[in-house]
Amino acid sequence: MMFHRRLHLVLAPLAASAVLVVSAQQPPPAAPAPRQQSQIEISLTGDAGAPPRLAVPDFLAPSDDPEAQEMARTIAQVLWDDLQFEREFYMIPRDTYRTIPAAPSLGEAPFDRWRELGADGLVVGSVSKTGNTVRVEMRLLNVRGRQQIYAREYSGSAANPRLYAHTMADELHQSQRALRGVARTRLAFSSDRNRERVAGPIDNREVKEIYVADYDGANQRRITVNRSLNIMPSWSPDGRSLVYTSYRRGYPELLISNIFQGTLETPLGDRGQSMLGVFSPDGTRIAFASNRDGNSEIYVMNRDGSGLRRLTTHPGADITPTWSPTGTQIAFTSDRTGSPQVWIIGADGLNLRRLTYESYADRATWSPAPYNEIAFAARTGPGFDIKIYNLAEGQTRQITFGEGTNESPAWSPNGRHLAFTSTRAGRTQIFSIDRDGRNLRQLTREGNNFTPHWSQ
Amino acid sequence: MKRQTRLQLAMVVLLLVAVGACAKKTPPVARPAPPPATGATAVPTPPLPPEPVSEPVPVPPMPEEDEIGSRSLDDLNRESPLQPAFFAYDASEVTPAAQAALQANAAILRKYPTWQVTIEGHCDERGTAEYNLALGERRALTARDYLISLGIAADRLRTVSYGKEFPFEPGSNEGAWAKNRRAHFVITAR
Repeated sequence: MMFHRRLHLVLAPLAASAVLVVSAQQPPPAAPAPRQQSQIEISLTGDAGAPPRLAVPDFLAPSDDPEAQEMARTIAQVLWDDLQFEREFYMIPRDTYRTIPAAPSLGEAPFDRWRELGADGLVVGSVSKTGNTVRVEMRLLNVRGRQQIYAREYSGSAANPRLYAHTMADELHQSQRALRGVARTRLAFSSDRNRERVAGPIDNREVKEIYVADYDGANQRRITVNRSLNIMPSWSPDGRSLVYTSYRRGYPELLISNIFQGTLETPLGDRGQSMLGVFSPDGTRIAFASNRDGNSEIYVMNRDGSGLRRLTTHPGADITPTWSPTGTQIAFTSDRTGSPQVWIIGADGLNLRRLTYESYADRATWSPAPYNEIAFAARTGPGFDIKIYNLAEGQTRQITFGEGTNESPAWSPNGRHLAFTSTRAGRTQIFSIDRDGRNLRQLTREGNNFTPHWSQ
Repeated sequence: MKRQTRLQLAMVVLLLVAVGACAKKTPPVARPAPPPATGATAVPTPPLPPEPVSEPVPVPPMPEEDEIGSRSLDDLNRESPLQPAFFAYDASEVTPAAQAALQANAAILRKYPTWQVTIEGHCDERGTAEYNLALGERRALTARDYLISLGIAADRLRTVSYGKEFPFEPGSNEGAWAKNRRAHFVITAR
């Protein structure tokens, strides 16, 4: 509620700038939108403060190329899903407008039919393909004003049509709602889906490898191939590297995989056991847990392993660090009072304080601005549920309620969603959920999948 | 003698495969695995006919200890003479039963002073994946400290925590959980 109200305030100046963006970025083909700012504002807000109602019919594919036609369908469906995900628009179900005839060209939508359906806005587009290159056009039309209010054009490879849809969704959210979308972000996680066995004398040990996927679970791809235990991945902020805990040498150590170069770094070399590494928000440092000084403590080092610094000193176990969005504090799990609880310490090792008073709490994850919240897994019965502590209010709320056990939350970079693992559908799978507990989506289905982390 | 043992083992394996094929519920331990090199004692086998075999080279019978000492590391770990120490729920204290297991292990480690072991800490599935890495570590360290207190040299004992990543018993019941809360011993050098 709060959020919507705030957005309305920022909408007026934004609507003005949207027009500028259109005219600046697409000079020749688009009919220049008349600069009637009040009309644009109406199209963006929908009725009486309700979210604008949007329709995304299949994109046009003027040629007979079946691949282009398939892309046109995929892009529209994925774009609809991406826009639905942020809940900034009311997305009219796509099967309710299958009967509305496609416009012969992007400029000529049958506006009366769309008005009848109650659409405030209409996203239309086209896909044309020449060799391996595709050209994708997208326009946002104001149905009442019968005018174009936003347009973009893309060209590139035909390899991943979903990426065009994700890019459009992020740009529509940014230009129309001043929202940083997450459609082009990715998830890293650990999976046993390969069912390979760890080499060694004990037969029933299954390997876990690190995988990455798009934010919606599409394009799942394996990253590690060392046939041992690889767990707890964490993205670098530029999305080019993952730090994770690998047992490839028989004990846990941090590895950094540079996923585009295919290179591997061992920042700590042979200097003891280390686990649960997480990149600082600026990517220059890594916080992690290690027993190098006798029992598990929290450490920070530079990405290359230099500048190692110990933050905690306690005979209890200190583990599972996470950075604050500004990189000045670290939340972590400590059992120094008997049960595991979330604590906070300054990145300089000062100002230790306890955050949670649960029976058992672990895997803190700190949301980015504008929120100021820490999510964690808390024991609520035989299993765990995801809870969120609001630092400003000092209040905790719960967003899952005993369906299976729910663990390992990780915030999306815009702070509106969490990825987490749940056994509610049988095996351990990765789900996403909004910060208000709505919009649950299952993202993995193959094998068991663990410890998701969301890229920036 | 050796060939005969092999034959016998092959029969045992065949039997196991047959049993495994009808009894699907057998835990993974009974998976048709490469046969252990010496005596598969756990399996009920028909006793060998005491058939005298002509042996061109009489092999002197080995004392049992040396027979253990001569096994390969993989074989040793498949049927380890070292017992796991089990723990209570969410705890890392050495219980009286665990003390007995660790004392027996200490006796074996004294008998084979060149052996080095890795003590693996394991947890049941009821904790979180992350914190269980800490709990498993504490269990391994507790077992290690106890062995050191019994006179085993610290440099022979490494530890590693697997948290809840490698359960020994699948299943979500107290029987499986109890088996999975353990310090497990792996011989890494002999």
